[in-house]
Amino acid sequence: MAAPTKPEYKVIGTRPVRPDGIDKVTGRAQYGADIRQARMIYGKVLRSPHAHANIKRIDTSKAEALEGVKAVVTGADLPQSGDRRSDKSLNVLAADKALYRGHAIAAVAATNPYIADEALKLIEVEYEVLPPVLDVREAMRPDAPVVLDWVRTTSMAGTGEEPTNVAAKGGFNFGDADKGFEECDEIVEGEFKTKMVHQGYIEPQACTAMWNPDGQLTVWTSTQGSFPVRNDTSEILDIPISKVKVVPTEIGGGFGGKIPVYIEPTAALLSKKSGRPVALRLDRTNVFEGTGPTSGTSIKAKIGATKDGKLVAAYADMAYEAGCFPGSSVTLGAMAMFAPYDIEHVKIDTYDVVVNKPHVQDYRAPGAPAAGFAIEQLVDELAEKLHIDPLKLKQMNSSHEGTRGPGGMPFSRIGQEECVEAAMNSEHYKSPLEGPNRGRGVASGFWFNVGLRSSVNISVQPDGTVNLVEGNTDIGGTRASLAMQLAETLGIAYEDVKPMVVDTDAVGYNDVTAGSRTTYATGMAVNKAGLNLIEKMKGLLAAKWSAEPDAVEFASGTFSSGENSASFREAAGIVAGPADATLNATGEVSAGVLVGGGFSTHIVDVEVDPDTGKTQILRYTVVQDAGTAIHPSYVEGQMQGGAVQGIGWALNEEYYYDEEGKMANASFLDYRLPTTLDLPMIETVIVEVPNPTHPFGVRGVGEVSIVPPLGAIANAVYRATGVRQFELPMSPRRVLETTHDLG
Amino acid sequence: MATHIQVSTRINGEDVDFLCDTRQSLLEVLRDVVNLTGAKEGCNNGNCGACNVMLNGALVNSCCVLGAEAEGAEIVTIEGVAQGDHLHPLQTAFLEEAALQCGVCTPGFIVAAKALLDEEPDADEARVRHWLAGNLCRCTGYDKIVRAVLDAGDEMRKAPAGR
Amino acid sequence: MATVRIPGPLREAAGGAELVTASGSTLREVVDDLERQFPGMRERLVEDGAVHSGITLAIGPNQTNDLDAAVADEDEINVLPAISGG
Repeated sequence: MAAPTKPEYKVIGTRPVRPDGIDKVTGRAQYGADIRQARMIYGKVLRSPHAHANIKRIDTSKAEALEGVKAVVTGADLPQSGDRRSDKSLNVLAADKALYRGHAIAAVAATNPYIADEALKLIEVEYEVLPPVLDVREAMRPDAPVVLDWVRTTSMAGTGEEPTNVAAKGGFNFGDADKGFEECDEIVEGEFKTKMVHQGYIEPQACTAMWNPDGQLTVWTSTQGSFPVRNDTSEILDIPISKVKVVPTEIGGGFGGKIPVYIEPTAALLSKKSGRPVALRLDRTNVFEGTGPTSGTSIKAKIGATKDGKLVAAYADMAYEAGCFPGSSVTLGAMAMFAPYDIEHVKIDTYDVVVNKPHVQDYRAPGAPAAGFAIEQLVDELAEKLHIDPLKLKQMNSSHEGTRGPGGMPFSRIGQEECVEAAMNSEHYKSPLEGPNRGRGVASGFWFNVGLRSSVNISVQPDGTVNLVEGNTDIGGTRASLAMQLAETLGIAYEDVKPMVVDTDAVGYNDVTAGSRTTYATGMAVNKAGLNLIEKMKGLLAAKWSAEPDAVEFASGTFSSGENSASFREAAGIVAGPADATLNATGEVSAGVLVGGGFSTHIVDVEVDPDTGKTQILRYTVVQDAGTAIHPSYVEGQMQGGAVQGIGWALNEEYYYDEEGKMANASFLDYRLPTTLDLPMIETVIVEVPNPTHPFGVRGVGEVSIVPPLGAIANAVYRATGVRQFELPMSPRRVLETTHDLG
Repeated sequence: MATHIQVSTRINGEDVDFLCDTRQSLLEVLRDVVNLTGAKEGCNNGNCGACNVMLNGALVNSCCVLGAEAEGAEIVTIEGVAQGDHLHPLQTAFLEEAALQCGVCTPGFIVAAKALLDEEPDADEARVRHWLAGNLCRCTGYDKIVRAVLDAGDEMRKAPAGR
Repeated sequence: MATVRIPGPLREAAGGAELVTASGSTLREVVDDLERQFPGMRERLVEDGAVHSGITLAIGPNQTNDLDAAVADEDEINVLPAISGG
């Protein structure tokens, strides 16, 4: 199937410097903790030292009496309607139960952070410690202690009656898996476990809240979604949305972890009580213990194929930790994991399980990486048993347009085949890997791009430049990719577009910067705004040129009618004089939820030291379908960044819990992120199979690159050592234990 | 009980006198007293490099230095890397090569890389990776950062920039 | 008539069918028609007047749990397990 030829773009596909770059290389950019307000005081949060405990009594009187303390709050200060507060509210400040070590119990605000720390020590809390539930399969047993007494198992078959930690049962069933397995010549299966890991953003959460005497609340915060923060804050504090303004600062990484509110409502309450602006900033330990890491998982899976290599049937039983409230990404993982393959019979059972750990939160392609660790290894094992090259096996069974995709809906145009082919043809794959203790692994992965809602405003300045007002936090260069799409639409230079990210009072609703959606969906809104502006200008030009209203055309950046023609800049000059209409336009889009998506295939070469168990990454290539790469450097950046997070997850990162539910390695010293020394250059191959649902063919690229690394590295380690790894991380200790039959 | 101390120092080539709590780290002083918020707190225990500054010609994690230790010292922060409106070759390289995504680790990386290239503008990839292992980045996977540092080194050898 | 894709756990209630058609210009009306065709189906889809907590409905690519959402004849409605996170 021949791909349509790529249109000749003028701006799209180039690599201009991002407009916010200067501030970020000179230290001028303002992140969450850089906000300063007059008379600002400092908030700190008291957190539960116990993973599971009843809170019998809280006495804040001594803290309140400390000189310099201006306010103290507890869960009792949060409004409650009904028998209990919402999960979101309970996570911000506990009620009568501490549900994880790190759970926020109380908070203070004082004139300096040292006094605030002293005040925390003066808050007396009486805990009745309970046994913690820490393992996902243990938590599912009928005799396990129940973490939340109101949880019942919900499923498509109805809602259960008994208290339980299994918050939801779900799954999918396509074809007839039992019958399908009978048709297989080769079946492989395994039980895989992954640990809780953190998104690892370098900037801890930080906000400043100012509650004015008129009831107007302003919150400056480092967030991926200023509008969801506004909504959640208004809901948790029970104040109207119109009273809340959220100003997004620059953000030092998010990856999904900065979507929820953790500290904003607390800072707001402290500000209300003290009458002062309150800065509340988390430290690194708070981030590990008190925000939203991603699920540890337990997956049992089975895949079968004919001896010719046709994948016929697959089964998976997936139990994901939800943390202390229901809601993990197990269903999304189940939807993504088989997406690269056309398999007729697929049955999946999923379990969302409550445990005494922080409530889990999205982490780049939530749910999919852990599932990929299992499935991509089983597919690899089949390739080995059937003596078929692993990329060839993927090619033979590739999903394409029309294949049953996630949840049962058929795929529209996708690029899995093209990615696998590009991987096979890559320099990396064609170079032999030689030497002892070395192995090469491959894996494929899929992730959705989310559509949701975006709205932007554009206005033309007297000099023909265009202001672009948008509401999506710029985490990785989206001011640039959106400006480029507007410039392309209007036929003007990239430098003539001035993008800005504004607060929630200044622009219409925008959903989060997440879900690989900004360049995609906000890009659609930008394009719409541009097209609306062009229509408006055509009408205004028609008047100036004494032409019929619909006689003005626009093509390749030029307006024309009969003998008249004008570039965008000239046209702006003609129609935007002092006596004329102001030239503004808006663009809004509601782009569906799980729309389209993109594929990625990774190749990794490793060397495993037989004496230390340490895995060295020798060479790494990411092949990914971007649809259309708006700014190739930033697309490459997403590919490389996601791959390296996957490398850390595969080889080193984990929440190391002791028996009492305390994370023993809650610092960057012992929670081991990859450093420059751990990695080679990350080679990238951008494949472009345009997305039919986007005006420029864009596919979201921000997430999928974290999906293949766990499986690819596991496959490489197997080839290097002869021993398959069923548990993450594949740390030196774990590799030694398994290859030397220890532990 | 907390006490305060008067400190005289030189920051980015200018005399600065400040009063700080004896418990405050140099990072806290830079950010909250002197209002230079370019250095960032990522971990507060010397593991991420986001707070890197130069102290008497040495690269330090300012979260591990007391504000009081700045007495009589020469300090260079990210705000002092550009010369007026002339960006340093590192800053230009980071911009042109897209070596930043969220940018929060960028000040630390630029100060750290400058410390290396000022002494060894011909540092190779292995040397650059070794030197920068104390700076954590979660967004980029380091590839474009290392390339930008190597290219800046090339630029600096061709036309040595002022220190 | 919109098409409704029935997931495995509910197929028994739909007489074993994977794809059925149903009339209605809103999700609520579609659910009513499904109940008419397959008695007992409503309580699998709706609970206390809202979409059942164990499922998510999608009209084409648009997930929605708004029973008043509009449905057109060419729409394909999917019944998915509840998707949290994302």
